[in-house]
Amino acid sequence: MSTLRIDHVSRWFGNVVAVNDITMTIAPGVTGLLGPNGAGKSTLINMMGGFLAPSNGTVTLDGTTIWRNAGIYRHIGIVPEREGMYDFLTGREFVVANAELHGLGRAEAARALATVEMEYAQDRKISTYSKGMRQRVKMASALVHDPSVLLLDEPFNGMDPRQRMQLMELLRRMGDQGRTVLFSSHILEEVEQLASHIEVVVAGRHAASGDFRKIRRLMTDRPHRYLVRSDNDRALAGALIADPSTSGIEVDLAEGALRIQAVDFGRFTELLPRVARDHGIRLLTVSPSDESLESVFSYLVAA
Amino acid sequence: MSTTTPTAPPAPAGAPKVSLFHPTVARLTYRALLGRRRALILFALPALLVIIALAVRMIAGADDSTAGGILGGFALGTMVPLIGVIAGTGAIGPEIDDGSVVYLLAKPVPRPTIILTKLLVAIGVTVAFSAVPVLLAGFLLNGNSQQIAVGYAVAAAVASVAYSALFLLFGTITRHAVVFGLVYALVWEALVGTLVPGAKTLSIQQWALAVGQKAAAEGAIISDVQLPLAIGLLVALTVAATWYAGRRLKALTLAGEE
Repeated sequence: MSTLRIDHVSRWFGNVVAVNDITMTIAPGVTGLLGPNGAGKSTLINMMGGFLAPSNGTVTLDGTTIWRNAGIYRHIGIVPEREGMYDFLTGREFVVANAELHGLGRAEAARALATVEMEYAQDRKISTYSKGMRQRVKMASALVHDPSVLLLDEPFNGMDPRQRMQLMELLRRMGDQGRTVLFSSHILEEVEQLASHIEVVVAGRHAASGDFRKIRRLMTDRPHRYLVRSDNDRALAGALIADPSTSGIEVDLAEGALRIQAVDFGRFTELLPRVARDHGIRLLTVSPSDESLESVFSYLVAA
Repeated sequence: MSTTTPTAPPAPAGAPKVSLFHPTVARLTYRALLGRRRALILFALPALLVIIALAVRMIAGADDSTAGGILGGFALGTMVPLIGVIAGTGAIGPEIDDGSVVYLLAKPVPRPTIILTKLLVAIGVTVAFSAVPVLLAGFLLNGNSQQIAVGYAVAAAVASVAYSALFLLFGTITRHAVVFGLVYALVWEALVGTLVPGAKTLSIQQWALAVGQKAAAEGAIISDVQLPLAIGLLVALTVAATWYAGRRLKALTLAGEE
Protein backbone atom coordinates (compact mmCIF):
# COMPACT_ATOMS: atom_id res chain seq x y z
CA MET A 1 0.00 0.00 0.00
CA SER A 2 1.52 3.26 -1.07
CA THR A 3 0.15 6.72 -0.70
CA LEU A 4 1.48 9.83 -2.36
CA ARG A 5 1.00 12.97 -0.38
CA ILE A 6 1.26 16.45 -1.80
CA ASP A 7 1.29 18.93 1.02
CA HIS A 8 0.85 22.66 0.36
CA VAL A 9 2.96 22.39 -2.76
CA SER A 10 3.71 25.35 -5.00
CA ARG A 11 6.02 25.50 -7.93
CA TRP A 12 6.94 28.53 -9.90
CA PHE A 13 9.17 29.06 -12.92
CA GLY A 14 10.54 32.57 -12.73
CA ASN A 15 7.49 34.76 -12.39
CA VAL A 16 5.05 32.11 -13.57
CA VAL A 17 3.21 30.10 -10.94
CA ALA A 18 2.59 26.64 -12.40
CA VAL A 19 1.27 25.01 -9.22
CA ASN A 20 -0.32 27.09 -6.51
CA ASP A 21 -0.56 25.70 -2.96
CA ILE A 22 -1.99 22.28 -3.78
CA THR A 23 -2.67 19.65 -1.15
CA MET A 24 -3.87 16.21 -2.20
CA THR A 25 -3.49 12.57 -1.30
CA ILE A 26 -3.25 9.86 -3.93
CA ALA A 27 -4.24 6.52 -2.44
CA PRO A 28 -4.14 3.01 -3.98
CA GLY A 29 -6.51 2.52 -6.90
CA VAL A 30 -6.74 4.52 -10.11
CA THR A 31 -6.76 8.29 -9.76
CA GLY A 32 -7.27 10.65 -12.67
CA LEU A 33 -5.58 14.05 -12.68
CA LEU A 34 -7.92 16.15 -14.78
CA GLY A 35 -7.34 19.64 -16.07
CA PRO A 36 -7.07 21.69 -19.22
CA ASN A 37 -3.74 22.01 -21.01
CA GLY A 38 -1.32 24.17 -19.10
CA ALA A 39 -3.12 23.63 -15.80
CA GLY A 40 -0.03 22.30 -14.05
CA LYS A 41 -0.68 18.56 -14.40
CA SER A 42 2.73 17.74 -15.83
CA THR A 43 4.42 19.91 -13.23
CA LEU A 44 2.62 17.97 -10.50
CA ILE A 45 3.49 14.59 -12.02
CA ASN A 46 7.10 15.68 -12.45
CA MET A 47 7.24 16.59 -8.77
CA MET A 48 5.67 13.25 -7.81
CA GLY A 49 8.21 11.52 -10.01
CA GLY A 50 11.17 13.34 -8.48
CA PHE A 51 12.09 15.31 -11.59
CA LEU A 52 11.21 18.68 -10.20
CA ALA A 53 11.67 20.19 -6.75
CA PRO A 54 8.66 21.89 -5.23
CA SER A 55 9.34 25.58 -4.66
CA ASN A 56 7.30 25.24 -1.50
CA GLY A 57 5.71 22.35 0.40
CA THR A 58 6.52 18.64 0.34
CA VAL A 59 5.86 15.67 -1.91
CA THR A 60 6.22 12.35 -0.12
CA LEU A 61 5.59 8.67 -0.70
CA ASP A 62 4.51 7.03 2.56
CA GLY A 63 6.33 9.73 4.46
CA THR A 64 9.56 9.60 2.46
CA THR A 65 10.61 12.68 0.50
CA ILE A 66 10.76 12.03 -3.24
CA TRP A 67 13.02 14.83 -4.50
CA ARG A 68 16.70 13.84 -4.79
CA ASN A 69 16.00 10.35 -3.51
CA ALA A 70 17.11 7.83 -6.13
CA GLY A 71 16.09 4.98 -3.80
CA ILE A 72 12.44 5.96 -4.22
CA TYR A 73 12.48 4.58 -7.78
CA ARG A 74 12.37 1.06 -6.37
CA HIS A 75 8.71 1.82 -5.65
CA ILE A 76 7.73 4.17 -8.47
CA GLY A 77 7.24 3.42 -12.14
CA ILE A 78 7.03 6.36 -14.55
CA VAL A 79 5.48 6.54 -18.01
CA PRO A 80 6.57 9.90 -19.42
CA GLU A 81 4.63 11.79 -22.04
CA ARG A 82 7.61 12.48 -24.26
CA GLU A 83 8.44 10.09 -27.04
CA GLY A 84 12.23 9.85 -26.74
CA MET A 85 13.07 6.26 -25.80
CA TYR A 86 16.23 4.84 -27.41
CA ASP A 87 14.61 4.15 -30.77
CA PHE A 88 17.63 2.22 -31.98
CA LEU A 89 16.90 -0.61 -29.53
CA THR A 90 14.34 -3.34 -29.96
CA GLY A 91 11.42 -3.37 -27.54
CA ARG A 92 12.95 -6.28 -25.69
CA GLU A 93 16.41 -4.67 -25.45
CA PHE A 94 14.79 -1.52 -24.10
CA VAL A 95 12.83 -3.30 -21.38
CA VAL A 96 15.81 -5.51 -20.48
CA ALA A 97 17.98 -2.38 -20.10
CA ASN A 98 15.35 -0.88 -17.80
CA ALA A 99 15.29 -4.12 -15.80
CA GLU A 100 19.08 -4.12 -15.47
CA LEU A 101 19.05 -0.56 -14.20
CA HIS A 102 16.87 -1.91 -11.38
CA GLY A 103 19.31 -4.73 -10.77
CA LEU A 104 16.90 -7.20 -12.40
CA GLY A 105 17.19 -9.25 -15.57
CA ARG A 106 15.62 -10.89 -18.58
CA ALA A 107 13.01 -12.84 -16.64
CA GLU A 108 11.44 -9.69 -15.22
CA ALA A 109 11.63 -7.98 -18.61
CA ALA A 110 9.85 -10.91 -20.25
CA ARG A 111 7.13 -10.81 -17.60
CA ALA A 112 6.60 -7.07 -18.11
CA LEU A 113 6.42 -7.48 -21.89
CA ALA A 114 3.86 -10.25 -21.42
CA THR A 115 1.79 -8.01 -19.14
CA VAL A 116 1.44 -5.40 -21.88
CA GLU A 117 1.06 -8.06 -24.61
CA MET A 118 4.00 -6.86 -26.63
CA GLU A 119 5.85 -10.14 -27.02
CA TYR A 120 4.83 -10.41 -30.65
CA ALA A 121 6.80 -7.28 -31.59
CA GLN A 122 9.51 -7.35 -28.95
CA ASP A 123 12.31 -8.04 -31.43
CA ARG A 124 11.45 -5.14 -33.69
CA LYS A 125 13.22 -1.81 -33.40
CA ILE A 126 11.28 0.77 -31.38
CA SER A 127 11.64 3.19 -34.29
CA THR A 128 9.20 0.99 -36.24
CA TYR A 129 6.53 1.02 -33.51
CA SER A 130 3.17 2.76 -33.65
CA LYS A 131 2.19 5.23 -30.98
CA GLY A 132 0.20 2.60 -29.09
CA MET A 133 3.03 0.08 -29.21
CA ARG A 134 5.48 2.65 -27.90
CA GLN A 135 3.11 3.44 -25.08
CA ARG A 136 2.85 -0.22 -24.15
CA VAL A 137 6.61 -0.71 -24.17
CA LYS A 138 6.93 2.38 -21.98
CA MET A 139 4.41 0.72 -19.66
CA ALA A 140 6.48 -2.46 -19.63
CA SER A 141 9.60 -0.47 -18.73
CA ALA A 142 7.72 1.16 -15.86
CA LEU A 143 6.31 -2.16 -14.60
CA VAL A 144 9.49 -4.18 -14.81
CA HIS A 145 10.31 -3.84 -11.09
CA ASP A 146 6.71 -4.39 -9.98
CA PRO A 147 6.32 -0.90 -8.48
CA SER A 148 3.58 -0.01 -6.03
CA VAL A 149 3.12 3.41 -7.65
CA LEU A 150 2.59 4.09 -11.33
CA LEU A 151 2.65 7.64 -12.72
CA LEU A 152 1.47 8.27 -16.27
CA ASP A 153 1.56 11.65 -17.99
CA GLU A 154 -1.19 11.95 -20.65
CA PRO A 155 -0.96 8.25 -21.51
CA PHE A 156 -3.88 8.29 -23.96
CA ASN A 157 -2.65 11.15 -26.13
CA GLY A 158 -2.64 10.16 -29.77
CA MET A 159 -3.93 6.63 -29.19
CA ASP A 160 -6.66 5.12 -31.31
CA PRO A 161 -9.82 3.89 -29.57
CA ARG A 162 -8.77 0.24 -29.49
CA GLN A 163 -5.34 1.02 -28.02
CA ARG A 164 -7.04 3.32 -25.54
CA MET A 165 -9.36 0.54 -24.41
CA GLN A 166 -6.49 -1.90 -23.97
CA LEU A 167 -4.50 0.54 -21.89
CA MET A 168 -7.53 1.40 -19.75
CA GLU A 169 -8.08 -2.29 -19.14
CA LEU A 170 -4.46 -2.69 -18.08
CA LEU A 171 -4.51 0.32 -15.76
CA ARG A 172 -7.77 -0.83 -14.21
CA ARG A 173 -6.12 -4.18 -13.50
CA MET A 174 -3.13 -2.41 -11.91
CA GLY A 175 -5.47 -0.45 -9.69
CA ASP A 176 -7.41 -3.55 -8.70
CA GLN A 177 -4.15 -5.18 -7.65
CA GLY A 178 -3.79 -2.45 -5.04
CA ARG A 179 -1.28 -0.27 -6.86
CA THR A 180 -1.44 3.48 -6.68
CA VAL A 181 -2.03 4.49 -10.28
CA LEU A 182 -2.13 8.17 -11.22
CA PHE A 183 -2.67 9.38 -14.77
CA SER A 184 -3.20 12.85 -16.16
CA SER A 185 -5.62 13.82 -18.88
CA HIS A 186 -7.42 16.85 -20.20
CA ILE A 187 -10.40 14.80 -21.39
CA LEU A 188 -13.22 14.34 -18.90
CA GLU A 189 -14.69 11.24 -20.56
CA GLU A 190 -11.33 9.47 -20.45
CA VAL A 191 -10.94 10.12 -16.76
CA GLU A 192 -14.54 9.22 -16.01
CA GLN A 193 -14.26 5.83 -17.68
CA LEU A 194 -11.17 4.79 -15.81
CA ALA A 195 -10.61 6.62 -12.56
CA SER A 196 -12.36 5.73 -9.34
CA HIS A 197 -11.13 9.01 -7.96
CA ILE A 198 -10.60 12.32 -9.74
CA GLU A 199 -8.50 15.32 -8.84
CA VAL A 200 -9.23 18.42 -10.88
CA VAL A 201 -6.52 21.03 -11.40
CA VAL A 202 -7.13 24.33 -13.12
CA ALA A 203 -4.68 27.18 -13.59
CA GLY A 204 -2.32 25.66 -11.04
CA ARG A 205 -4.96 25.35 -8.35
CA HIS A 206 -6.72 22.33 -6.92
CA ALA A 207 -10.29 22.82 -8.14
CA ALA A 208 -12.16 19.72 -7.06
CA SER A 209 -11.70 16.24 -5.74
CA GLY A 210 -13.96 13.21 -5.58
CA ASP A 211 -15.45 10.36 -7.56
CA PHE A 212 -16.71 10.99 -11.07
CA ARG A 213 -20.33 11.37 -9.96
CA LYS A 214 -19.38 14.22 -7.70
CA ILE A 215 -17.31 15.89 -10.40
CA ARG A 216 -20.11 15.42 -12.94
CA ARG A 217 -22.62 16.93 -10.57
CA LEU A 218 -20.37 19.92 -9.98
CA MET A 219 -20.19 20.35 -13.72
CA THR A 220 -23.91 20.00 -14.49
CA ASP A 221 -25.40 21.80 -11.46
CA ARG A 222 -24.14 25.14 -12.55
CA PRO A 223 -25.63 28.01 -14.52
CA HIS A 224 -25.72 27.03 -18.19
CA ARG A 225 -25.76 29.68 -20.86
CA TYR A 226 -27.50 29.25 -24.18
CA LEU A 227 -27.74 31.29 -27.30
CA VAL A 228 -31.23 30.87 -28.81
CA ARG A 229 -32.66 32.25 -32.06
CA SER A 230 -36.33 31.90 -32.91
CA ASP A 231 -38.95 33.51 -35.15
CA ASN A 232 -40.36 35.35 -32.08
CA ASP A 233 -37.63 36.03 -29.53
CA ARG A 234 -39.63 38.32 -27.23
CA ALA A 235 -42.59 35.97 -26.89
CA LEU A 236 -40.22 33.07 -26.18
CA ALA A 237 -38.34 35.13 -23.57
CA GLY A 238 -41.57 36.00 -21.80
CA ALA A 239 -42.70 32.40 -21.65
CA LEU A 240 -39.34 31.08 -20.45
CA ILE A 241 -38.71 33.62 -17.68
CA ALA A 242 -41.96 32.53 -16.02
CA ASP A 243 -40.34 29.21 -15.21
CA PRO A 244 -37.94 28.92 -12.22
CA SER A 245 -35.41 26.94 -14.25
CA THR A 246 -34.44 30.19 -16.01
CA SER A 247 -32.63 32.85 -14.05
CA GLY A 248 -32.00 35.48 -16.68
CA ILE A 249 -32.63 36.37 -20.30
CA GLU A 250 -31.02 39.07 -22.34
CA VAL A 251 -32.31 40.18 -25.73
CA ASP A 252 -29.19 40.65 -27.78
CA LEU A 253 -30.26 43.00 -30.54
CA ALA A 254 -26.95 43.01 -32.34
CA GLU A 255 -26.90 39.22 -32.59
CA GLY A 256 -30.65 38.98 -33.10
CA ALA A 257 -30.78 36.31 -30.44
CA LEU A 258 -31.61 35.54 -26.80
CA ARG A 259 -28.94 34.91 -24.22
CA ILE A 260 -30.45 32.64 -21.62
CA GLN A 261 -29.05 31.61 -18.29
CA ALA A 262 -30.53 28.38 -16.93
CA VAL A 263 -30.01 27.23 -13.35
CA ASP A 264 -31.69 23.84 -13.61
CA PHE A 265 -30.06 22.15 -16.54
CA GLY A 266 -32.34 19.10 -16.74
CA ARG A 267 -35.54 21.03 -16.41
CA PHE A 268 -34.56 23.74 -18.85
CA THR A 269 -33.65 21.33 -21.66
CA GLU A 270 -37.11 19.83 -21.32
CA LEU A 271 -38.85 23.21 -20.92
CA LEU A 272 -37.49 24.99 -23.98
CA PRO A 273 -38.94 22.77 -26.73
CA ARG A 274 -42.29 22.44 -24.90
CA VAL A 275 -42.69 26.23 -24.51
CA ALA A 276 -41.80 26.74 -28.16
CA ARG A 277 -44.34 24.18 -29.30
CA ASP A 278 -47.12 25.50 -27.02
CA HIS A 279 -46.61 29.05 -28.29
CA GLY A 280 -46.14 28.08 -31.90
CA ILE A 281 -42.62 29.53 -31.97
CA ARG A 282 -40.02 28.09 -34.32
CA LEU A 283 -36.58 27.57 -32.79
CA LEU A 284 -33.84 28.41 -35.28
CA THR A 285 -30.73 28.07 -33.18
CA VAL A 286 -30.11 26.52 -29.77
CA SER A 287 -26.47 26.41 -28.82
CA PRO A 288 -24.71 26.23 -25.50
CA SER A 289 -22.51 29.31 -25.39
CA ASP A 290 -20.05 28.17 -22.75
CA GLU A 291 -19.77 24.43 -23.02
CA SER A 292 -16.02 24.40 -23.60
CA LEU A 293 -14.12 22.45 -21.01
CA GLU A 294 -12.31 25.62 -20.01
CA SER A 295 -15.54 27.30 -18.94
CA VAL A 296 -16.58 24.21 -17.03
CA PHE A 297 -13.26 24.23 -15.28
CA SER A 298 -13.33 27.93 -14.56
CA TYR A 299 -16.75 27.44 -13.00
CA LEU A 300 -15.34 24.67 -10.81
CA VAL A 301 -12.51 26.90 -9.66
CA ALA A 302 -14.86 29.70 -8.73
CA ALA A 303 -17.12 27.28 -6.82
CA MET B 1 -8.98 0.35 -1.36
CA SER B 2 -9.54 2.89 1.31
CA THR B 3 -6.16 3.62 2.72
CA THR B 4 -5.66 7.14 3.84
CA THR B 5 -3.47 6.51 6.84
CA PRO B 6 -0.30 4.82 5.68
CA THR B 7 2.48 6.17 7.78
CA ALA B 8 5.03 3.40 7.47
CA PRO B 9 7.93 4.36 5.23
CA PRO B 10 8.36 2.26 2.09
CA ALA B 11 10.33 -0.95 2.38
CA PRO B 12 14.10 -0.42 2.57
CA ALA B 13 14.68 2.54 0.30
CA GLY B 14 18.30 3.07 1.26
CA ALA B 15 20.30 5.35 -0.96
CA PRO B 16 21.90 3.32 -3.76
CA LYS B 17 25.70 3.16 -3.68
CA VAL B 18 27.72 5.31 -6.05
CA SER B 19 29.96 3.24 -8.29
CA LEU B 20 32.29 4.25 -11.10
CA PHE B 21 30.59 2.28 -13.81
CA HIS B 22 27.22 0.82 -14.70
CA PRO B 23 27.42 -1.64 -17.59
CA THR B 24 23.85 -0.95 -18.79
CA VAL B 25 24.38 2.81 -18.87
CA ALA B 26 27.61 2.19 -20.76
CA ARG B 27 25.90 -0.07 -23.30
CA LEU B 28 23.11 2.42 -23.95
CA THR B 29 25.65 5.23 -24.27
CA TYR B 30 28.00 3.64 -26.77
CA ARG B 31 25.17 2.22 -28.84
CA ALA B 32 23.66 5.69 -28.99
CA LEU B 33 27.04 7.18 -29.89
CA LEU B 34 27.92 4.74 -32.63
CA GLY B 35 24.37 4.38 -33.91
CA ARG B 36 23.88 7.97 -34.98
CA ARG B 37 24.73 9.51 -38.31
CA ARG B 38 27.23 11.75 -36.55
CA ALA B 39 29.20 8.59 -35.84
CA LEU B 40 30.24 8.58 -39.51
CA ILE B 41 32.61 11.46 -38.68
CA LEU B 42 34.13 9.22 -36.01
CA PHE B 43 35.14 6.80 -38.74
CA ALA B 44 35.82 9.30 -41.52
CA LEU B 45 38.32 11.57 -39.75
CA PRO B 46 40.72 8.82 -38.59
CA ALA B 47 40.44 7.16 -42.00
CA LEU B 48 41.37 10.47 -43.62
CA LEU B 49 44.39 10.81 -41.32
CA VAL B 50 45.64 7.33 -42.15
CA ILE B 51 45.15 7.89 -45.87
CA ILE B 52 47.05 11.21 -45.72
CA ALA B 53 49.85 9.51 -43.78
CA LEU B 54 50.05 6.72 -46.30
CA ALA B 55 50.04 9.09 -49.27
CA VAL B 56 52.70 11.40 -47.79
CA ARG B 57 54.94 8.46 -46.99
CA MET B 58 54.64 7.06 -50.51
CA ILE B 59 55.16 10.39 -52.25
CA ALA B 60 57.66 12.18 -50.01
CA GLY B 61 59.19 9.32 -48.02
CA ALA B 62 59.80 9.27 -44.27
CA ASP B 63 60.45 12.73 -42.84
CA ASP B 64 60.29 13.71 -39.18
CA SER B 65 59.27 17.33 -39.66
CA THR B 66 56.49 16.43 -42.11
CA ALA B 67 55.28 13.79 -39.66
CA GLY B 68 55.27 16.35 -36.85
CA GLY B 69 53.39 18.80 -39.03
CA ILE B 70 50.62 16.39 -39.91
CA LEU B 71 50.25 14.87 -36.44
CA GLY B 72 50.47 18.20 -34.64
CA GLY B 73 48.49 20.24 -37.14
CA PHE B 74 45.73 18.04 -38.50
CA ALA B 75 45.57 15.26 -35.90
CA LEU B 76 46.03 17.10 -32.58
CA GLY B 77 44.83 20.47 -33.84
CA THR B 78 41.63 19.45 -35.58
CA MET B 79 40.78 15.77 -35.48
CA VAL B 80 41.14 15.02 -31.77
CA PRO B 81 39.02 17.97 -30.58
CA LEU B 82 36.37 17.21 -33.22
CA ILE B 83 36.12 13.61 -32.13
CA GLY B 84 36.06 14.80 -28.53
CA VAL B 85 33.10 17.07 -29.37
CA ILE B 86 31.17 14.26 -31.02
CA ALA B 87 31.85 11.67 -28.32
CA GLY B 88 31.63 14.02 -25.33
CA THR B 89 28.44 15.87 -26.23
CA GLY B 90 26.92 12.80 -27.89
CA ALA B 91 27.31 10.74 -24.72
CA ILE B 92 24.54 12.68 -22.99
CA GLY B 93 23.21 15.66 -24.97
CA PRO B 94 20.77 13.84 -27.27
CA GLU B 95 19.27 11.89 -24.36
CA ILE B 96 18.55 15.08 -22.47
CA ASP B 97 17.21 16.66 -25.66
CA ASP B 98 14.69 13.96 -26.53
CA GLY B 99 13.80 13.18 -22.92
CA SER B 100 14.94 9.55 -22.99
CA VAL B 101 17.31 10.32 -20.12
CA VAL B 102 14.21 9.87 -17.92
CA TYR B 103 14.64 6.12 -18.22
CA LEU B 104 18.11 6.40 -16.67
CA LEU B 105 17.16 8.93 -14.03
CA ALA B 106 14.00 7.17 -12.82
CA LYS B 107 16.07 4.29 -11.53
CA PRO B 108 17.78 3.53 -8.24
CA VAL B 109 21.11 4.41 -9.85
CA PRO B 110 23.02 7.37 -8.36
CA ARG B 111 23.42 10.17 -10.83
CA PRO B 112 27.20 10.48 -10.29
CA THR B 113 27.42 6.84 -11.43
CA ILE B 114 25.58 7.78 -14.62
CA ILE B 115 27.95 10.70 -15.33
CA LEU B 116 31.12 8.73 -14.53
CA THR B 117 30.01 5.87 -16.77
CA LYS B 118 29.21 8.23 -19.61
CA LEU B 119 32.58 9.96 -19.16
CA LEU B 120 34.40 6.61 -19.35
CA VAL B 121 32.53 5.67 -22.52
CA ALA B 122 33.26 9.08 -24.09
CA ILE B 123 36.95 8.74 -23.19
CA GLY B 124 37.06 5.21 -24.56
CA VAL B 125 35.48 6.23 -27.84
CA THR B 126 37.68 9.34 -28.21
CA VAL B 127 40.87 7.38 -27.48
CA ALA B 128 39.86 4.60 -29.85
CA PHE B 129 39.04 7.00 -32.68
CA SER B 130 41.86 9.50 -32.10
CA ALA B 131 44.87 8.19 -30.17
CA VAL B 132 44.93 4.81 -31.91
CA PRO B 133 44.77 6.25 -35.46
CA VAL B 134 47.39 8.88 -34.50
CA LEU B 135 49.74 6.10 -33.43
CA LEU B 136 49.07 4.19 -36.64
CA ALA B 137 49.54 7.31 -38.80
CA GLY B 138 52.77 8.14 -36.94
CA PHE B 139 54.22 4.73 -37.70
CA LEU B 140 53.16 5.03 -41.33
CA LEU B 141 54.72 8.50 -41.64
CA ASN B 142 58.18 7.91 -40.20
CA GLY B 143 58.23 4.57 -38.42
CA ASN B 144 58.10 6.23 -34.98
CA SER B 145 61.47 7.87 -35.49
CA GLN B 146 62.30 10.16 -32.53
CA GLN B 147 59.27 8.55 -30.80
CA ILE B 148 57.09 11.03 -32.68
CA ALA B 149 54.25 8.54 -33.22
CA VAL B 150 54.18 7.52 -29.55
CA GLY B 151 54.55 11.11 -28.35
CA TYR B 152 51.59 12.38 -30.37
CA ALA B 153 49.52 9.31 -29.52
CA VAL B 154 50.10 9.93 -25.81
CA ALA B 155 49.16 13.58 -26.30
CA ALA B 156 45.99 12.52 -28.16
CA ALA B 157 45.05 10.10 -25.38
CA VAL B 158 45.61 12.71 -22.68
CA ALA B 159 43.65 15.30 -24.65
CA SER B 160 40.83 12.75 -25.13
CA VAL B 161 40.27 12.59 -21.38
CA ALA B 162 40.05 16.36 -20.92
CA TYR B 163 37.97 16.96 -24.06
CA SER B 164 35.53 14.21 -23.07
CA ALA B 165 34.99 15.71 -19.62
CA LEU B 166 34.62 19.24 -20.97
CA PHE B 167 32.22 18.38 -23.79
CA LEU B 168 30.21 16.02 -21.61
CA LEU B 169 29.69 19.00 -19.31
CA PHE B 170 28.60 21.10 -22.32
CA GLY B 171 26.07 18.36 -23.08
CA THR B 172 24.48 18.76 -19.64
CA ILE B 173 24.38 22.55 -19.83
CA THR B 174 23.03 23.46 -23.25
CA ARG B 175 21.14 21.88 -26.09
CA HIS B 176 23.60 23.61 -28.41
CA ALA B 177 26.51 21.69 -26.94
CA VAL B 178 27.87 20.70 -30.35
CA VAL B 179 28.01 24.32 -31.49
CA PHE B 180 29.75 25.44 -28.31
CA GLY B 181 32.09 22.47 -28.57
CA LEU B 182 32.99 23.33 -32.14
CA VAL B 183 33.55 26.97 -31.28
CA TYR B 184 35.91 25.94 -28.49
CA ALA B 185 37.71 23.32 -30.57
CA LEU B 186 38.03 25.23 -33.82
CA VAL B 187 37.98 28.89 -32.87
CA TRP B 188 39.67 28.85 -29.50
CA GLU B 189 42.12 25.98 -29.80
CA ALA B 190 42.91 26.13 -33.48
CA LEU B 191 42.76 29.87 -34.10
CA VAL B 192 43.14 31.94 -30.94
CA GLY B 193 45.35 29.28 -29.36
CA THR B 194 47.87 29.43 -32.17
CA LEU B 195 47.85 33.18 -32.71
CA VAL B 196 47.55 34.68 -29.24
CA PRO B 197 50.46 33.63 -27.03
CA GLY B 198 48.61 33.96 -23.71
CA ALA B 199 45.70 31.85 -24.89
CA LYS B 200 48.01 28.90 -25.36
CA THR B 201 48.18 28.45 -21.62
CA LEU B 202 44.45 27.84 -21.63
CA SER B 203 44.40 25.23 -24.35
CA ILE B 204 43.83 21.53 -23.77
CA GLN B 205 45.86 20.87 -26.89
CA GLN B 206 48.93 22.62 -25.44
CA TRP B 207 48.59 20.80 -22.12
CA ALA B 208 48.40 17.47 -23.93
CA LEU B 209 51.41 18.37 -26.08
CA ALA B 210 53.39 19.07 -22.90
CA VAL B 211 52.74 15.48 -21.86
CA GLY B 212 53.51 14.19 -25.37
CA GLN B 213 56.74 16.18 -25.36
CA LYS B 214 57.95 14.06 -22.47
CA ALA B 215 57.14 10.83 -24.29
CA ALA B 216 58.91 11.78 -27.53
CA ALA B 217 62.59 12.44 -28.19
CA GLU B 218 64.05 15.74 -27.04
CA GLY B 219 62.79 18.61 -29.22
CA ALA B 220 60.53 16.43 -31.41
CA ILE B 221 57.32 17.85 -29.91
CA ILE B 222 57.08 21.36 -28.52
CA SER B 223 54.54 22.78 -26.12
CA ASP B 224 54.24 26.28 -24.75
CA VAL B 225 53.20 25.06 -21.33
CA GLN B 226 55.46 23.55 -18.69
CA LEU B 227 54.71 19.92 -17.83
CA PRO B 228 53.75 20.30 -14.12
CA LEU B 229 51.38 23.16 -14.92
CA ALA B 230 49.94 21.21 -17.86
CA ILE B 231 49.24 18.13 -15.73
CA GLY B 232 47.77 20.24 -12.96
CA LEU B 233 45.44 22.01 -15.38
CA LEU B 234 44.43 18.77 -17.13
CA VAL B 235 43.50 17.11 -13.85
CA ALA B 236 41.77 20.20 -12.50
CA LEU B 237 39.69 20.67 -15.66
CA THR B 238 38.70 17.01 -15.87
CA VAL B 239 37.71 16.76 -12.21
CA ALA B 240 35.89 20.09 -12.13
CA ALA B 241 33.98 19.46 -15.37
CA THR B 242 32.91 15.98 -14.25
CA TRP B 243 31.89 17.19 -10.82
CA TYR B 244 29.80 19.99 -12.27
CA ALA B 245 28.24 17.71 -14.88
CA GLY B 246 27.19 15.40 -12.03
CA ARG B 247 25.62 18.33 -10.22
CA ARG B 248 23.78 19.40 -13.36
CA LEU B 249 22.37 15.92 -13.78
CA LYS B 250 21.39 15.69 -10.13
CA ALA B 251 19.31 18.82 -10.42
CA LEU B 252 18.13 18.11 -13.94
CA THR B 253 14.48 18.97 -14.11
CA LEU B 254 12.20 17.71 -16.77
CA ALA B 255 9.40 20.20 -16.82
CA GLY B 256 6.63 19.22 -19.18
CA GLU B 257 5.95 21.17 -22.35
CA GLU B 258 3.24 23.14 -20.64
